[in-house]
Amino acid sequence: MSSTAVANRKIEYSESENRKALIAVKAHLILGLAVLLLMMLAGLTMRAVQGTWLEIGADLFYQIMTVHGVGVVGAAGIGSTGVLWYFLRQYVRLSNTIFWINFFVFVAGVVMLLGSIFLGGYGGAWTFLYPLPGKSMGVWSTGAAAVFQLALLIIGTGFLILYLDMGRGILASFGSLSKALGLPQLFGRVPVDTTHPPTVVAGTMVLIVNFLGIAVGAVVLVMGLINLYNPEFQPDALLMKNLIYFFGHVFINATIYASVTAVYELLPRYTGRPWKTSKVFYAAWFAIVFMVMAVYPHHLMMDFPMPQWALIVGQVLSFGSGIPVLVVTGYGALMIVYRSGIQWSTTTKLLFLSMFGWAAGVIPAILDAMVTVNRVFHNTMWVPGHFHFYLLLGLLPMMFGFIYHLTGEGRQGEQPKAADNVGFYAYLIGAFLTSMVFLASGASSIPRRWATHMAEWVTFAQVGTVAAALVVLGMLVFTFRALFSLPKAAEPR
Amino acid sequence: MALIAAVFCFVLVNSKKVEADYSTVTKKWYGIRGKWFFFLLTLGVIITYLSLSPFPIPDQKKGYQENEYQVVKVDSYQWYWTMTPNTVEAGKPVTFLVTSGDVNHGFGIYDENLELLGQTQAMPGYTNKLIHTFDKPGKYKILCLEYCGVAHHAMITELTVK
Repeated sequence: MSSTAVANRKIEYSESENRKALIAVKAHLILGLAVLLLMMLAGLTMRAVQGTWLEIGADLFYQIMTVHGVGVVGAAGIGSTGVLWYFLRQYVRLSNTIFWINFFVFVAGVVMLLGSIFLGGYGGAWTFLYPLPGKSMGVWSTGAAAVFQLALLIIGTGFLILYLDMGRGILASFGSLSKALGLPQLFGRVPVDTTHPPTVVAGTMVLIVNFLGIAVGAVVLVMGLINLYNPEFQPDALLMKNLIYFFGHVFINATIYASVTAVYELLPRYTGRPWKTSKVFYAAWFAIVFMVMAVYPHHLMMDFPMPQWALIVGQVLSFGSGIPVLVVTGYGALMIVYRSGIQWSTTTKLLFLSMFGWAAGVIPAILDAMVTVNRVFHNTMWVPGHFHFYLLLGLLPMMFGFIYHLTGEGRQGEQPKAADNVGFYAYLIGAFLTSMVFLASGASSIPRRWATHMAEWVTFAQVGTVAAALVVLGMLVFTFRALFSLPKAAEPR
Repeated sequence: MALIAAVFCFVLVNSKKVEADYSTVTKKWYGIRGKWFFFLLTLGVIITYLSLSPFPIPDQKKGYQENEYQVVKVDSYQWYWTMTPNTVEAGKPVTFLVTSGDVNHGFGIYDENLELLGQTQAMPGYTNKLIHTFDKPGKYKILCLEYCGVAHHAMITELTVK
């Protein structure tokens, strides 16, 4: 069966199957949104503490920091999975039951994480950098560290099961991952089919990298668990770092590649212009498969025993992985919008913003990934600056734009409501300011992950607190819109 | 970033006018895309070459002799530093041999204006060699730059440069 034949045919589901699938997608999005709102409140709290406007103990600060990190990554994971699954199931048959299994496994994992942090006192950061989980100097117990790592292991297992189902679906429809990625078209073995769905290409890429990323995460989590209860087993610290950053980088990076399917699918609907696949498109996504996995050494540039070639690869690929978004996806979105007569609704504004956030967010990431710059930026506030830019202005607007689309907003000439406008601009200004204050703090050498800031740094944190409050205001509007409009919204036509 | 913001603003301003024939838009902008790609590629090659030659991290296999370098042994623990010696001279390169006795820490050298001058990770089982030449005498601070537990932010010590 050729991919061309399949590509032009969307999967037929019964009305009941579609209704159930929509409920499941909404559950993913609402859960993701709710967790993100709580995590933003956690972020606001930390900035207020650093700005001396709020006083809490260092142990509680680092617990909040831990839940903030793991919560945002988890919410990004579950939310982006909701986006990808919704669009991918239009082209490959996916199991609603397995989608729900992952959801409930995720919820169980979240409960365990909360217990380990707020009952067990675990505050070893979401990166669980070995051997810190087992060496807290009595601040948290071995049990708390074990439950935290077990929770991540369980959550990862849920995602692996879901990816197996996606892989099964893709293979059943397209015959191979290579065909789904469009490689026979890229290498000229079959003619280019411009209707080959971008969502299938993106979904296949996410499946490949995340499957491997999570599998590596499972390895390092199991090694960490063994170390907790058998301290004589001491894996190499640098090896563990490599495994942890491979897993962490791939997982969070994949969320944006999963969510961009909302842009590929929705911008054409709102502009009346198609998002056609091409050789350039396939080449970009094929390169991304490797770059997302091989770029992680940019986290290890201050680990001097790392091989020189690995750090050079980390720097070169960090620059390289910016090219697909600057030349293909971001550029493609600009072409589709340019002189299209697009109706600007909250949906389209968020999707357009997401492209800006992703494209512009590449720049601080590339800078930090240069060895010579990393020497003075690594583990400063520049790092949260770059990933808050990506997440707040790139990833989340993709998810929020999709949510607004599902609520039915923006179609039939409907104008955005005043509250949505306030929410959008509060979020936009707050997110931009939050990220820029982080970047300015990093450029001023302020370290990240400090519960107490020196007097010289407090003003930065206070401006950051005001900015974070604006983000929360915008987020409250988005969350209320989702909670009130999403549950009863019908399938968009 | 400003350039990218300007391009997005340009498209935003030009989004309401309708050019019904999308193929004329794609024809025009695909041509520019090729040039844009080669510009980025050239820029990447130049930046890579300039920023990596010479390689900015000291050779870790090389032994740094005491007649050419001042050698400071740095041990890190939750949550304190030990440095032997903790006084060095300005103008002569210092080799910091940095390791950890427990978890990962980050050895960050800050000047009196709290500007970060250089850093390396402190890892159990490894000794990282960081070389820095201090331009002027003064009291420098060593801050921990890798999260290492509940008193991470209090892991500060002082280095005197004469």
